[in-house]
Amino acid sequence: MITIIDYGVGNLFSLSCSLDYLGLENQISKKAEDLRRADRIILPGVGAYADAIRKLWESGLAEPLLEEARNGKPVMGICLGMQLLFEKSYEYGEHEGLGLIPGVMSPLKGRIREDLKVPHMGWNSLRLTPEGKRHPLMKYTREGDYVYFVHSYYGTDCEESLLATSEYGVPVTAAAACRNVMGTQFHPEKSGETGLRILKAFSEIEGR
Amino acid sequence: MITKRIIPCLDVKDGRVVKGVNFEGIQDVADPVEMAEFYNASGADELVFYDITASAEGRRIFTDILTRTARRVFIPLTVGGGIGSLEDFDRVLKCGADKVSVNSGAIRRPELIDEAARRYGNQCVVLSMDVKRVNGSFHIFQNGGRIDTGMDAVEWAADGVRRGAGELVVNSIDTDGVKQGFDIEMLLAIAARVDVPIIASGGAGKMEDFLELFSHPQIDAGLAASIFHRQEVRIADLKRYLRANGIEMRMQEPAGAQ
Repeated sequence: MITIIDYGVGNLFSLSCSLDYLGLENQISKKAEDLRRADRIILPGVGAYADAIRKLWESGLAEPLLEEARNGKPVMGICLGMQLLFEKSYEYGEHEGLGLIPGVMSPLKGRIREDLKVPHMGWNSLRLTPEGKRHPLMKYTREGDYVYFVHSYYGTDCEESLLATSEYGVPVTAAAACRNVMGTQFHPEKSGETGLRILKAFSEIEGR
Repeated sequence: MITKRIIPCLDVKDGRVVKGVNFEGIQDVADPVEMAEFYNASGADELVFYDITASAEGRRIFTDILTRTARRVFIPLTVGGGIGSLEDFDRVLKCGADKVSVNSGAIRRPELIDEAARRYGNQCVVLSMDVKRVNGSFHIFQNGGRIDTGMDAVEWAADGVRRGAGELVVNSIDTDGVKQGFDIEMLLAIAARVDVPIIASGGAGKMEDFLELFSHPQIDAGLAASIFHRQEVRIADLKRYLRANGIEMRMQEPAGAQ
Protein backbone atom coordinates (compact mmCIF):
# COMPACT_ATOMS: atom_id res chain seq x y z
CA MET A 1 0.00 0.00 0.00
CA ILE A 2 1.29 3.43 -1.01
CA THR A 3 -0.09 6.30 1.05
CA ILE A 4 -0.27 9.69 -0.66
CA ILE A 5 -0.15 12.35 2.03
CA ASP A 6 -3.07 14.76 1.81
CA TYR A 7 -2.16 17.89 3.72
CA GLY A 8 -4.29 20.28 1.70
CA VAL A 9 -1.69 21.16 -0.92
CA GLY A 10 -2.15 20.41 -4.59
CA ASN A 11 -4.07 18.07 -6.75
CA LEU A 12 -3.67 14.42 -5.84
CA PHE A 13 -6.13 12.99 -8.32
CA SER A 14 -3.67 12.48 -11.20
CA LEU A 15 -1.08 10.93 -8.94
CA SER A 16 -3.58 8.45 -7.60
CA CYS A 17 -4.77 7.72 -11.16
CA SER A 18 -1.22 6.99 -12.28
CA LEU A 19 -0.71 4.49 -9.44
CA ASP A 20 -4.10 2.90 -10.23
CA TYR A 21 -3.05 2.62 -13.86
CA LEU A 22 0.07 0.73 -12.75
CA GLY A 23 -2.12 -1.56 -10.65
CA LEU A 24 -0.54 -0.29 -7.42
CA GLU A 25 -2.70 -0.20 -4.32
CA ASN A 26 -2.79 3.37 -3.03
CA GLN A 27 -4.76 5.71 -0.84
CA ILE A 28 -4.95 9.45 -0.38
CA SER A 29 -4.99 10.07 3.34
CA LYS A 30 -4.67 12.71 6.03
CA LYS A 31 -4.43 10.18 8.86
CA ALA A 32 -1.18 9.49 10.73
CA GLU A 33 -2.09 5.81 11.09
CA ASP A 34 -2.24 5.45 7.29
CA LEU A 35 1.35 6.70 7.11
CA ARG A 36 2.36 4.15 9.73
CA ARG A 37 0.51 1.30 8.01
CA ALA A 38 1.77 2.13 4.51
CA ASP A 39 4.60 0.23 2.83
CA ARG A 40 5.63 3.39 1.05
CA ILE A 41 4.77 7.07 1.35
CA ILE A 42 4.49 9.78 -1.30
CA LEU A 43 4.66 13.44 -0.30
CA PRO A 44 3.15 15.50 -3.14
CA GLY A 45 2.75 19.25 -3.33
CA VAL A 46 2.50 22.34 -5.50
CA GLY A 47 2.43 26.01 -4.60
CA ALA A 48 4.36 28.09 -2.10
CA TYR A 49 7.00 26.56 0.18
CA ALA A 50 6.15 28.49 3.36
CA ASP A 51 2.48 27.67 3.03
CA ALA A 52 3.12 23.99 2.33
CA ILE A 53 5.56 23.32 5.17
CA ARG A 54 3.23 25.11 7.58
CA LYS A 55 0.27 23.03 6.43
CA LEU A 56 2.29 19.85 6.71
CA TRP A 57 3.16 20.61 10.35
CA GLU A 58 -0.37 21.79 11.14
CA SER A 59 -1.85 18.64 9.67
CA GLY A 60 0.01 16.62 12.30
CA LEU A 61 1.50 14.48 9.53
CA ALA A 62 5.05 15.83 9.63
CA GLU A 63 5.94 13.89 12.82
CA PRO A 64 4.73 10.48 11.62
CA LEU A 65 6.35 11.13 8.24
CA LEU A 66 9.71 11.91 9.88
CA GLU A 67 9.36 8.90 12.13
CA GLU A 68 8.54 6.50 9.29
CA ALA A 69 11.35 7.94 7.16
CA ARG A 70 13.85 7.46 10.00
CA ASN A 71 12.60 3.91 10.47
CA GLY A 72 13.61 3.17 6.91
CA LYS A 73 10.29 3.26 5.07
CA PRO A 74 10.63 4.35 1.42
CA VAL A 75 9.47 7.96 1.07
CA MET A 76 9.22 9.87 -2.19
CA GLY A 77 8.59 13.59 -2.53
CA ILE A 78 7.25 15.02 -5.77
CA CYS A 79 7.83 18.60 -6.94
CA LEU A 80 7.24 20.83 -3.91
CA GLY A 81 6.98 17.62 -1.89
CA MET A 82 10.61 16.87 -2.74
CA GLN A 83 11.60 20.40 -1.83
CA LEU A 84 10.08 19.95 1.63
CA LEU A 85 12.35 16.95 2.19
CA PHE A 86 15.41 19.19 1.81
CA GLU A 87 16.95 21.15 4.70
CA LYS A 88 15.64 24.55 3.79
CA SER A 89 14.37 26.85 1.09
CA TYR A 90 15.11 30.46 0.21
CA GLU A 91 11.70 30.98 -1.40
CA TYR A 92 10.54 34.39 -0.14
CA GLY A 93 12.67 34.33 2.99
CA GLU A 94 14.25 31.32 4.62
CA HIS A 95 12.19 28.31 5.62
CA GLU A 96 13.12 25.17 7.45
CA GLY A 97 12.38 21.93 5.58
CA LEU A 98 12.22 18.38 6.93
CA GLY A 99 15.96 17.86 6.49
CA LEU A 100 15.73 14.29 5.23
CA ILE A 101 17.81 15.06 2.12
CA PRO A 102 20.91 17.27 2.50
CA GLY A 103 20.68 20.43 0.41
CA VAL A 104 18.79 23.67 0.07
CA MET A 105 16.30 25.13 -2.42
CA SER A 106 17.58 28.18 -4.29
CA PRO A 107 15.90 30.41 -6.87
CA LEU A 108 16.49 29.80 -10.57
CA LYS A 109 16.17 33.53 -11.13
CA GLY A 110 19.55 35.19 -11.00
CA ARG A 111 21.35 31.88 -11.49
CA ILE A 112 20.31 31.27 -15.09
CA ARG A 113 20.46 33.33 -18.30
CA GLU A 114 18.09 36.29 -18.45
CA ASP A 115 16.34 34.98 -21.56
CA LEU A 116 15.31 31.72 -19.92
CA LYS A 117 11.82 31.94 -18.48
CA VAL A 118 11.03 31.22 -14.85
CA PRO A 119 9.26 28.97 -13.88
CA HIS A 120 11.16 26.23 -15.64
CA MET A 121 8.07 24.76 -17.24
CA GLY A 122 7.79 21.96 -19.74
CA TRP A 123 9.60 18.82 -20.84
CA ASN A 124 13.30 18.45 -20.24
CA SER A 125 15.70 15.54 -20.62
CA LEU A 126 17.39 13.72 -17.76
CA ARG A 127 21.08 13.24 -17.28
CA LEU A 128 21.78 10.52 -14.73
CA THR A 129 24.62 10.88 -12.25
CA PRO A 130 26.79 7.81 -11.53
CA GLU A 131 24.77 7.40 -8.35
CA GLY A 132 21.53 7.78 -10.34
CA LYS A 133 22.57 5.04 -12.75
CA ARG A 134 22.82 2.65 -9.81
CA HIS A 135 19.81 3.87 -7.82
CA PRO A 136 16.70 1.65 -7.78
CA LEU A 137 14.40 4.66 -8.35
CA MET A 138 15.99 5.18 -11.76
CA LYS A 139 16.33 1.54 -12.71
CA TYR A 140 13.86 1.82 -15.62
CA THR A 141 15.01 5.32 -16.63
CA ARG A 142 17.37 5.88 -19.51
CA GLU A 143 19.75 8.74 -20.09
CA GLY A 144 17.92 11.39 -22.14
CA ASP A 145 14.38 10.40 -21.13
CA TYR A 146 12.06 13.40 -20.93
CA VAL A 147 10.09 14.46 -17.88
CA TYR A 148 7.70 17.32 -17.11
CA PHE A 149 8.77 20.19 -14.82
CA VAL A 150 7.05 23.22 -13.30
CA HIS A 151 9.15 25.02 -10.69
CA SER A 152 11.00 28.22 -9.86
CA TYR A 153 13.36 26.94 -7.14
CA TYR A 154 15.78 24.05 -7.37
CA GLY A 155 17.96 21.92 -5.13
CA THR A 156 21.52 23.11 -4.57
CA ASP A 157 24.36 21.96 -2.29
CA CYS A 158 23.10 18.42 -2.73
CA GLU A 159 25.87 16.88 -4.87
CA GLU A 160 26.05 13.74 -2.77
CA SER A 161 22.35 12.94 -3.08
CA LEU A 162 21.93 13.84 -6.78
CA LEU A 163 20.43 11.13 -8.99
CA ALA A 164 19.65 13.16 -12.10
CA THR A 165 19.83 16.67 -13.48
CA SER A 166 18.26 18.56 -16.38
CA GLU A 167 19.93 21.39 -18.23
CA TYR A 168 18.22 24.77 -17.90
CA GLY A 169 21.00 27.32 -17.90
CA VAL A 170 22.39 25.37 -14.96
CA PRO A 171 22.19 21.66 -14.19
CA VAL A 172 18.86 21.60 -12.35
CA THR A 173 18.36 18.98 -9.66
CA ALA A 174 15.79 16.63 -11.16
CA ALA A 175 15.98 13.71 -8.72
CA ALA A 176 17.76 13.22 -5.42
CA ALA A 177 17.92 10.58 -2.71
CA CYS A 178 19.35 10.02 0.72
CA ARG A 179 19.06 6.42 1.93
CA ASN A 180 15.35 5.48 1.87
CA VAL A 181 14.17 9.04 1.17
CA MET A 182 14.02 10.27 -2.43
CA GLY A 183 12.34 12.84 -4.56
CA THR A 184 11.78 14.18 -8.03
CA GLN A 185 11.49 17.84 -8.92
CA PHE A 186 9.50 16.87 -12.01
CA HIS A 187 6.04 15.33 -11.98
CA PRO A 188 6.32 11.59 -12.74
CA GLU A 189 2.52 11.36 -12.86
CA LYS A 190 2.60 13.85 -15.78
CA SER A 191 5.71 12.56 -17.52
CA GLY A 192 4.16 9.91 -19.74
CA GLU A 193 5.76 6.46 -19.88
CA THR A 194 9.00 7.69 -18.34
CA GLY A 195 7.16 8.96 -15.29
CA LEU A 196 5.12 5.79 -14.90
CA ARG A 197 8.33 3.76 -14.96
CA ILE A 198 9.76 5.87 -12.14
CA LEU A 199 6.63 5.37 -10.03
CA LYS A 200 6.81 1.64 -10.74
CA ALA A 201 10.47 1.62 -9.66
CA PHE A 202 9.54 3.39 -6.42
CA SER A 203 6.87 0.77 -5.73
CA GLU A 204 9.55 -1.92 -5.93
CA ILE A 205 11.94 -0.30 -3.44
CA GLU A 206 11.98 -2.19 -0.14
CA GLY A 207 12.31 -0.49 3.22
CA ARG A 208 15.25 -1.01 5.50
CA MET B 1 17.47 21.02 -22.85
CA ILE B 2 13.90 22.15 -22.49
CA THR B 3 11.76 21.22 -25.49
CA LYS B 4 9.23 23.10 -27.54
CA ARG B 5 5.78 21.63 -27.03
CA ILE B 6 3.20 20.36 -29.53
CA ILE B 7 -0.33 20.59 -28.18
CA PRO B 8 -3.47 19.27 -29.85
CA CYS B 9 -6.61 21.04 -28.79
CA LEU B 10 -9.92 19.21 -28.39
CA ASP B 11 -13.09 21.28 -28.48
CA VAL B 12 -15.72 19.14 -26.82
CA LYS B 13 -19.44 19.55 -27.28
CA ASP B 14 -21.99 17.05 -25.98
CA GLY B 15 -19.29 14.46 -25.50
CA ARG B 16 -17.77 14.75 -28.96
CA VAL B 17 -14.71 16.54 -30.33
CA VAL B 18 -15.65 19.30 -32.73
CA LYS B 19 -13.66 22.02 -34.42
CA GLY B 20 -14.93 25.08 -36.18
CA VAL B 21 -13.11 26.62 -39.08
CA ASN B 22 -12.89 30.34 -38.38
CA PHE B 23 -15.22 29.51 -35.48
CA GLU B 24 -18.10 28.60 -37.78
CA GLY B 25 -19.33 25.43 -39.46
CA ILE B 26 -18.64 23.05 -36.63
CA GLN B 27 -17.88 19.49 -37.66
CA ASP B 28 -18.01 16.39 -35.49
CA VAL B 29 -14.73 14.50 -35.34
CA ALA B 30 -14.45 11.77 -32.72
CA ASP B 31 -14.56 10.47 -29.20
CA PRO B 32 -12.47 12.72 -26.92
CA VAL B 33 -11.03 10.00 -24.68
CA GLU B 34 -9.99 7.90 -27.65
CA MET B 35 -8.48 10.92 -29.32
CA ALA B 36 -6.60 11.87 -26.17
CA GLU B 37 -5.10 8.39 -25.97
CA PHE B 38 -4.22 8.48 -29.64
CA TYR B 39 -2.47 11.83 -29.28
CA ASN B 40 -0.66 10.69 -26.17
CA ALA B 41 0.64 7.66 -28.05
CA SER B 42 1.63 9.90 -30.98
CA GLY B 43 3.84 12.02 -28.73
CA ALA B 44 1.64 15.03 -27.92
CA ASP B 45 3.33 16.96 -25.10
CA GLU B 46 0.15 18.19 -23.52
CA LEU B 47 -3.57 18.25 -24.25
CA VAL B 48 -6.03 21.11 -24.14
CA PHE B 49 -9.73 20.41 -23.70
CA TYR B 50 -12.22 23.18 -24.33
CA ASP B 51 -15.74 22.67 -23.08
CA ILE B 52 -17.97 24.41 -25.58
CA THR B 53 -21.28 23.11 -24.26
CA ALA B 54 -23.68 25.45 -22.61
CA SER B 55 -26.05 23.01 -20.87
CA ALA B 56 -25.67 21.50 -17.42
CA GLU B 57 -25.95 18.04 -18.97
CA GLY B 58 -23.17 18.86 -21.43
CA ARG B 59 -21.02 20.04 -18.54
CA ARG B 60 -21.55 16.78 -16.66
CA ILE B 61 -20.58 14.78 -19.73
CA PHE B 62 -17.50 16.96 -20.13
CA THR B 63 -16.21 16.42 -16.59
CA ASP B 64 -16.82 12.71 -17.01
CA ILE B 65 -14.69 12.72 -20.18
CA LEU B 66 -11.99 14.61 -18.33
CA THR B 67 -11.91 12.05 -15.53
CA ARG B 68 -11.78 9.14 -17.93
CA THR B 69 -8.92 10.82 -19.80
CA ALA B 70 -6.98 11.52 -16.59
CA ARG B 71 -7.18 7.83 -15.74
CA ARG B 72 -5.47 6.82 -18.99
CA VAL B 73 -3.30 9.68 -20.16
CA PHE B 74 -0.37 10.91 -18.06
CA ILE B 75 0.67 14.17 -19.65
CA PRO B 76 -0.44 17.66 -18.62
CA LEU B 77 -4.11 18.42 -19.26
CA THR B 78 -5.33 21.98 -19.62
CA VAL B 79 -9.04 22.63 -19.45
CA GLY B 80 -10.96 25.68 -20.56
CA GLY B 81 -14.38 26.86 -21.62
CA GLY B 82 -16.94 28.43 -19.36
CA ILE B 83 -14.53 29.06 -16.47
CA GLY B 84 -15.89 32.04 -14.59
CA SER B 85 -15.35 31.35 -10.92
CA LEU B 86 -13.13 29.56 -8.42
CA GLU B 87 -15.86 26.89 -8.20
CA ASP B 88 -15.30 26.21 -11.90
CA PHE B 89 -11.57 25.85 -11.24
CA ASP B 90 -12.32 23.47 -8.43
CA ARG B 91 -14.68 21.35 -10.50
CA VAL B 92 -12.22 20.68 -13.33
CA LEU B 93 -9.12 20.36 -11.12
CA LYS B 94 -10.87 17.64 -9.10
CA CYS B 95 -11.62 15.79 -12.32
CA GLY B 96 -8.04 15.62 -13.50
CA ALA B 97 -7.12 18.99 -15.02
CA ASP B 98 -3.62 20.27 -14.23
CA LYS B 99 -4.09 23.75 -15.60
CA VAL B 100 -7.20 25.80 -16.14
CA SER B 101 -7.57 28.24 -18.95
CA VAL B 102 -9.65 31.38 -18.52
CA ASN B 103 -10.85 33.63 -21.32
CA SER B 104 -14.19 35.45 -21.19
CA GLY B 105 -14.47 34.85 -17.45
CA ALA B 106 -11.29 36.86 -16.91
CA ILE B 107 -12.40 39.60 -19.29
CA ARG B 108 -15.61 39.99 -17.31
CA ARG B 109 -13.79 39.89 -13.97
CA PRO B 110 -9.97 40.14 -14.16
CA GLU B 111 -9.66 39.50 -10.40
CA LEU B 112 -10.49 35.87 -11.18
CA ILE B 113 -6.86 35.51 -12.32
CA ASP B 114 -5.52 36.94 -9.02
CA GLU B 115 -7.80 34.77 -6.91
CA ALA B 116 -7.10 31.57 -8.82
CA ALA B 117 -3.33 32.19 -8.83
CA ARG B 118 -3.41 32.74 -5.07
CA ARG B 119 -5.38 29.59 -4.42
CA TYR B 120 -3.88 27.20 -6.96
CA GLY B 121 -0.56 28.81 -7.91
CA ASN B 122 0.41 30.68 -11.07
CA GLN B 123 1.38 27.44 -12.83
CA CYS B 124 -2.27 26.43 -12.77
CA VAL B 125 -3.71 29.56 -14.36
CA VAL B 126 -3.58 29.88 -18.14
CA LEU B 127 -4.87 33.04 -19.75
CA SER B 128 -6.31 32.29 -23.15
CA MET B 129 -7.03 35.13 -25.53
CA ASP B 130 -8.59 35.55 -28.97
CA VAL B 131 -6.85 38.35 -30.83
CA LYS B 132 -7.74 40.16 -34.04
CA ARG B 133 -6.31 43.17 -35.83
CA VAL B 134 -8.46 46.30 -35.70
CA ASN B 135 -7.18 49.50 -37.33
CA GLY B 136 -3.55 48.51 -36.97
CA SER B 137 -3.66 47.33 -33.35
CA PHE B 138 -4.47 44.02 -31.71
CA HIS B 139 -7.82 43.73 -29.98
CA ILE B 140 -9.22 41.10 -27.62
CA PHE B 141 -12.37 39.47 -28.98
CA GLN B 142 -15.03 37.55 -27.13
CA ASN B 143 -17.76 35.01 -27.81
CA GLY B 144 -15.91 32.91 -30.35
CA GLY B 145 -14.52 35.98 -32.05
CA ARG B 146 -17.79 37.81 -32.63
CA ILE B 147 -17.49 40.67 -30.14
CA ASP B 148 -14.70 43.26 -30.13
CA THR B 149 -14.05 44.17 -26.48
CA GLY B 150 -11.90 47.09 -27.58
CA MET B 151 -9.20 45.92 -25.18
CA ASP B 152 -5.60 46.08 -26.37
CA ALA B 153 -4.25 42.51 -26.55
CA VAL B 154 -0.68 43.37 -25.57
CA GLU B 155 -1.84 45.33 -22.52
CA TRP B 156 -4.28 42.59 -21.53
CA ALA B 157 -1.54 39.95 -21.76
CA ALA B 158 0.75 42.04 -19.57
CA ASP B 159 -2.06 42.69 -17.09
CA GLY B 160 -2.97 39.01 -16.95
CA VAL B 161 0.61 37.98 -16.21
CA ARG B 162 0.91 40.70 -13.56
CA ARG B 163 -2.20 39.26 -11.94
CA GLY B 164 -0.71 35.79 -11.88
CA ALA B 165 -1.33 33.98 -15.15
CA GLY B 166 1.47 31.43 -15.50
CA GLU B 167 1.08 30.81 -19.20
CA LEU B 168 -0.67 32.36 -22.20
CA VAL B 169 -2.57 30.72 -25.03
CA VAL B 170 -2.63 33.33 -27.77
CA ASN B 171 -5.02 32.60 -30.59
CA SER B 172 -5.09 34.71 -33.72
CA ILE B 173 -8.55 35.07 -35.23
CA ASP B 174 -6.98 36.54 -38.35
CA THR B 175 -5.01 33.39 -39.10
CA ASP B 176 -7.25 30.77 -37.47
CA GLY B 177 -8.46 28.21 -40.00
CA VAL B 178 -6.56 29.90 -42.83
CA LYS B 179 -3.66 27.41 -42.63
CA GLN B 180 -1.07 29.86 -43.90
CA GLY B 181 1.03 29.89 -40.75
CA PHE B 182 0.93 31.31 -37.25
CA ASP B 183 0.47 35.03 -36.64
CA ILE B 184 4.13 35.63 -35.83
CA GLU B 185 3.89 39.41 -35.80
CA MET B 186 1.14 39.41 -33.20
CA LEU B 187 2.73 36.66 -31.11
CA LEU B 188 6.05 38.49 -30.92
CA ALA B 189 4.32 41.75 -29.96
CA ILE B 190 2.85 39.95 -26.95
CA ALA B 191 5.98 37.92 -26.17
CA ALA B 192 7.96 41.16 -25.93
CA ARG B 193 5.84 42.22 -22.96
CA VAL B 194 5.58 39.05 -20.86
CA ASP B 195 7.99 36.51 -19.39
CA VAL B 196 5.73 33.48 -19.09
CA PRO B 197 5.49 30.63 -21.62
CA ILE B 198 3.49 31.42 -24.75
CA ILE B 199 1.42 28.83 -26.56
CA ALA B 200 0.72 29.95 -30.10
CA SER B 201 -2.60 29.07 -31.69
CA GLY B 202 -4.30 29.69 -34.99
CA GLY B 203 -2.99 29.30 -38.49
CA ALA B 204 -0.96 26.10 -38.61
CA GLY B 205 -1.50 24.29 -41.90
CA LYS B 206 1.71 22.35 -42.43
CA MET B 207 4.86 21.22 -40.65
CA GLU B 208 6.88 24.18 -41.94
CA ASP B 209 4.56 26.55 -40.07
CA PHE B 210 5.72 25.05 -36.77
CA LEU B 211 9.36 25.30 -37.81
CA GLU B 212 8.89 28.97 -38.57
CA LEU B 213 7.09 29.45 -35.24
CA PHE B 214 9.87 27.81 -33.24
CA SER B 215 12.58 29.75 -34.99
CA HIS B 216 11.48 32.42 -32.51
CA PRO B 217 12.88 31.44 -29.12
CA GLN B 218 10.19 33.49 -27.31
CA ILE B 219 7.51 30.99 -28.34
CA ASP B 220 7.27 27.83 -26.25
CA ALA B 221 4.51 25.77 -27.78
CA GLY B 222 2.31 25.38 -30.83
CA LEU B 223 -1.35 24.45 -30.54
CA ALA B 224 -3.60 23.21 -33.30
CA ALA B 225 -6.81 21.26 -33.71
CA SER B 226 -8.23 20.38 -37.10
CA ILE B 227 -4.94 19.67 -38.88
CA PHE B 228 -4.21 17.06 -36.21
CA HIS B 229 -7.79 15.74 -36.03
CA ARG B 230 -7.91 15.27 -39.81
CA GLN B 231 -4.35 13.95 -39.79
CA GLU B 232 -3.23 16.51 -42.35
CA VAL B 233 -0.25 16.77 -40.02
CA ARG B 234 0.68 13.79 -37.86
CA ILE B 235 2.24 14.66 -34.54
CA ALA B 236 4.85 11.90 -34.66
CA ASP B 237 5.96 13.04 -38.15
CA LEU B 238 5.87 16.69 -37.09
CA LYS B 239 8.12 16.10 -34.11
CA ARG B 240 10.59 14.05 -36.15
CA TYR B 241 10.65 16.80 -38.76
CA LEU B 242 11.20 19.57 -36.22
CA ARG B 243 13.89 17.60 -34.45
CA ALA B 244 15.68 16.93 -37.74
CA ASN B 245 15.60 20.69 -38.26
CA GLY B 246 17.30 21.45 -34.98
CA ILE B 247 14.27 22.09 -32.75
CA GLU B 248 14.45 20.43 -29.33
CA MET B 249 11.57 17.95 -29.14
CA ARG B 250 10.56 15.24 -26.70
CA MET B 251 10.75 11.99 -28.61
CA GLN B 252 9.27 8.71 -27.43
CA GLU B 253 12.76 7.18 -27.49
CA PRO B 254 15.55 8.76 -25.46
CA ALA B 255 17.74 11.23 -27.29
CA GLY B 256 20.87 9.16 -26.69
CA ALA B 257 19.44 6.10 -28.44
CA GLN B 258 18.83 7.80 -31.77
